[in-house]
Amino acid sequence: MSAPLLEVKDLTMHFPIKQRGIITRTVGHVKAVDGVSFSIGAGGALGLVGESGSGKSTTGRLITRLYQPTSGQILFEGKDISRSSARELKPIRRDIQMIFQDPYTSLNPRHTVGEIIRAPLEIHNLVPKGSRLRRVQELLEIVGLNPEHYNRYPHEFSGGQRQRIGIARALTMSPKLLVADEPVSALDVSIQAQIINLLKDLQKEMNIAFLFIAHDLAIVRHFCPQVAVMYLGKIVENAPREQLYTNPQHAYTRSLLSAVPDMRQAVVGGRRERIRYTHDVEASAASTAATNAAAASPSA
Amino acid sequence: MTRPFLSVEDLVVHFPTPDGIVRATDGLSYTLEPGKTLGIVGESGSGKSVSSSAILGLHRNTSAQVSGRIWLDGVDLLSLSDKEMQQRRGKDVAMIFQDPLSALHPYYTIGNQVAEAYRVHNEVSKKQARVRAIEMLDRVGIPNPGQRVDDYPHQFSGGMRQRAMIAMALINDPELLIADEPTTALDVTVQAQILDLLQDLQREFNTALIMITHDLGVIAEVADDVLVMYAGRAVEYGSTKQLLTAPAMPYTLGLIQSVPDLTSDVDEPLRPIPGNPPSLLDPPSGCAFAPRCTFKHLVDPPSLPDEVMPELEEIAPGHLRRCHLREHDLSKLIPLAAEKVEEPV
Repeated sequence: MSAPLLEVKDLTMHFPIKQRGIITRTVGHVKAVDGVSFSIGAGGALGLVGESGSGKSTTGRLITRLYQPTSGQILFEGKDISRSSARELKPIRRDIQMIFQDPYTSLNPRHTVGEIIRAPLEIHNLVPKGSRLRRVQELLEIVGLNPEHYNRYPHEFSGGQRQRIGIARALTMSPKLLVADEPVSALDVSIQAQIINLLKDLQKEMNIAFLFIAHDLAIVRHFCPQVAVMYLGKIVENAPREQLYTNPQHAYTRSLLSAVPDMRQAVVGGRRERIRYTHDVEASAASTAATNAAAASPSA
Repeated sequence: MTRPFLSVEDLVVHFPTPDGIVRATDGLSYTLEPGKTLGIVGESGSGKSVSSSAILGLHRNTSAQVSGRIWLDGVDLLSLSDKEMQQRRGKDVAMIFQDPLSALHPYYTIGNQVAEAYRVHNEVSKKQARVRAIEMLDRVGIPNPGQRVDDYPHQFSGGMRQRAMIAMALINDPELLIADEPTTALDVTVQAQILDLLQDLQREFNTALIMITHDLGVIAEVADDVLVMYAGRAVEYGSTKQLLTAPAMPYTLGLIQSVPDLTSDVDEPLRPIPGNPPSLLDPPSGCAFAPRCTFKHLVDPPSLPDEVMPELEEIAPGHLRRCHLREHDLSKLIPLAAEKVEEPV
């Protein structure tokens, strides 16, 4: 088997807790990401689920190197980028792009759609000036927008259309890996499915790999053949989709799945039994690792 | 004749803006009995929150134009004076908001805010109100309420804040509780706990509950009846079972079909509703859903939906819909649905 596109090894991110006084000092650390390992193959998709505060967004930001990790390795195409300088990162940034959750705050309201999508081309000075507009229109068409609308401002578009603009911007550099942090959770239900289908088509046509971060378990199941569950900064279970959803090994995964409201089941009567999860994450992670070879064993 | 406990009749809420009138709610009617739950579904801008805040009189003294009738226990809330409404707001009718962090005041302790809701409507000392607040925090499952009562909102987690909001809303034992997307900002595990809590409390106090949400899974679990709103109007109304098993309006069917669940086929693409919701500033003159409807070509004549707004009609006892299609059983029409709808630009 060839080396995966992205391989993350024992990644940690500790944010210092500072106490301000006459002298500011560090009184402790928040272990947002605490020994996380996983890999994604070219054109593959890994789902990262967990509740707020579990460290899934921080993981995404580490991979795009918006943060510098405390320790651990991020191997992108075999090269460790975890300590790379801004200059070394510049070519990598073309290959790793991000789609954000909130289409209202992630687009500059004072720039036209054309300017927003063109910005990466200008920064990396790739496409000659004369043909940049054509590339912008091409991208608008790919994401299902009217290419004549490049002169409009973000406020003239609906939430779903804005998310399409964000996707077009991420595609400008023909990335190999897209980190999608809750790409549909801010959208209406009827629009969510449009965006998911678009992302799936792009993945197939352009062979883009995805790190798909979301809390909606049904959508992650639909999009990702491999799913990792995060809890308190650690991956407690990482398994192929079928296995994770039909035969979850970790108690936390089971409790998470049992909490999803199920429309079809509730209508025919009753809801599934809810499982509460209160265990200590370290102990359970260790016990799961022992019983499930597929699960990551992050307990250090 | 006895009137239903809550009866909203022909409610209209319009907002005049420099660009024209925004018809946020346009002729909405529904009823609700004590101890029952009505789910209101719709996308952002469909008027579900606006129509519910009208029940609390939250559009008073704003530029909004409100008309119609809102009967609560035999009294028309819209005909009350501001002062009379103030005496009922928070006592007879209470509301839980979506985002507890912005609905709670950051400078006051949780206990202070919960107790205030009690003191406004009851002649009690601060001390008595505090005791009552602690009781209520305990009831909604805040651990160690005697101490947590003095915490500030930022010291509470998201789920605990929502519990505090529920304590505040229920402290006066309201007859009607409106929950506006109460669990949207929460994780699934916490959502499950909050929904369980709301249902327990509803049973205990026999409260009528309006649950506003866009999550059909939540609706299926808690609601007795469902009202589907689109562009400010009711498009389908009936029992939860009727609506979710035999939706008779293409928008409802589209909503149900577009959501994947934990057993759906992952190789099939999702089936979204094409297009975008209409602007309420300039809604289509005919059926508001027509530009996105995949069954439109099956109406006779096909131009009808673009020209005439269909009326709400009763197709089965208690099951109403607003649609030009002659067929009530949409499952028969699915094979005939158009592959693509001309996308309005």
